[in-house]
Amino acid sequence: MNCKKVILELTSYLDGVLDTEMRTDLELHLSRCTDCRVVVDTTRKTIQIFCNSEPVPLPEDVRKRLHTALLERCRRNTKTT
Amino acid sequence: MVTCQMSATGLCKQPPGARWNLSASEPKPLASTIVRDDESLLVSAAKGGDITAFEELVNRYERKIFRLAMNITQNREDAEDAMQDAFMKSYQNLDRFQGDSRFYTWLVRIAVNESLMKLRKRRPNQVSLDEPLTGNDGEDSVFREIVDWGPSPEKKFAQTELNEILSTVIGELDPIFRVAFLLRDEEGLSTEETAQILGISVAAVKSRLLRARLKLRQKLNKYFRRSETQ
Repeated sequence: MNCKKVILELTSYLDGVLDTEMRTDLELHLSRCTDCRVVVDTTRKTIQIFCNSEPVPLPEDVRKRLHTALLERCRRNTKTT
Repeated sequence: MVTCQMSATGLCKQPPGARWNLSASEPKPLASTIVRDDESLLVSAAKGGDITAFEELVNRYERKIFRLAMNITQNREDAEDAMQDAFMKSYQNLDRFQGDSRFYTWLVRIAVNESLMKLRKRRPNQVSLDEPLTGNDGEDSVFREIVDWGPSPEKKFAQTELNEILSTVIGELDPIFRVAFLLRDEEGLSTEETAQILGISVAAVKSRLLRARLKLRQKLNKYFRRSETQ
């Protein structure tokens, strides 16, 4: 396996859906190629950092407007029934 | 059995006196009589007109839907409108939700569509999710930059600062890549669910995801570069 192939298979590798033979080849390449190892490692961390990021609290004014709008919709529905 | 009826305007009717704190001047979360952990029960109850159950669903997902809308639209006003429209539409169309996917996935699909509509309106010439990906424009340079980050690069930043960085770099991505990444990696949907929501093939999702991940990695290099003391 060469560096280009590692990049092409990167998403499948990180998602754990690469077949065993391909994964073995890729990992063998990683054990010998520092550059590819850094790319794989930092791409994995990129995903982890986004995946672990907590949604910021909804601003109170935004939340209030959302619930008020939904409440208004409910009121209108109640009147039309 | 679906007990919710659609009115002529397409709105979901509910019994009079439905329990969404109708007399209160300010909306406040109410304790639902439904077991909170069971989403399907909440959805069933909401379909039957239990507004408290729907409010519980809103409370559960409002932050995530707002974050998704913010990340897609890159504009707070648009994000707020998109979120509001998404919850409204999900409420109106609850009886069309068949339960063959998670409620959250269904809600995300609506929120993505609403957010993209806002984005297209604001930047009509910049947003196309349908155009085919061609060539390898810049892809080589995307992975040629080799920068090591060290073990926990995100810990160099306070949470607020980190959130700003993530928001900045995601905003710099082309929408075509941004949405695929957000659905798959931030919202944690499967590749198949992402393909379904975007109306593209699984192979196309994988291709967009690869580019998005590599581009984000490259954009994060300048923040997470390993310092000499690490």
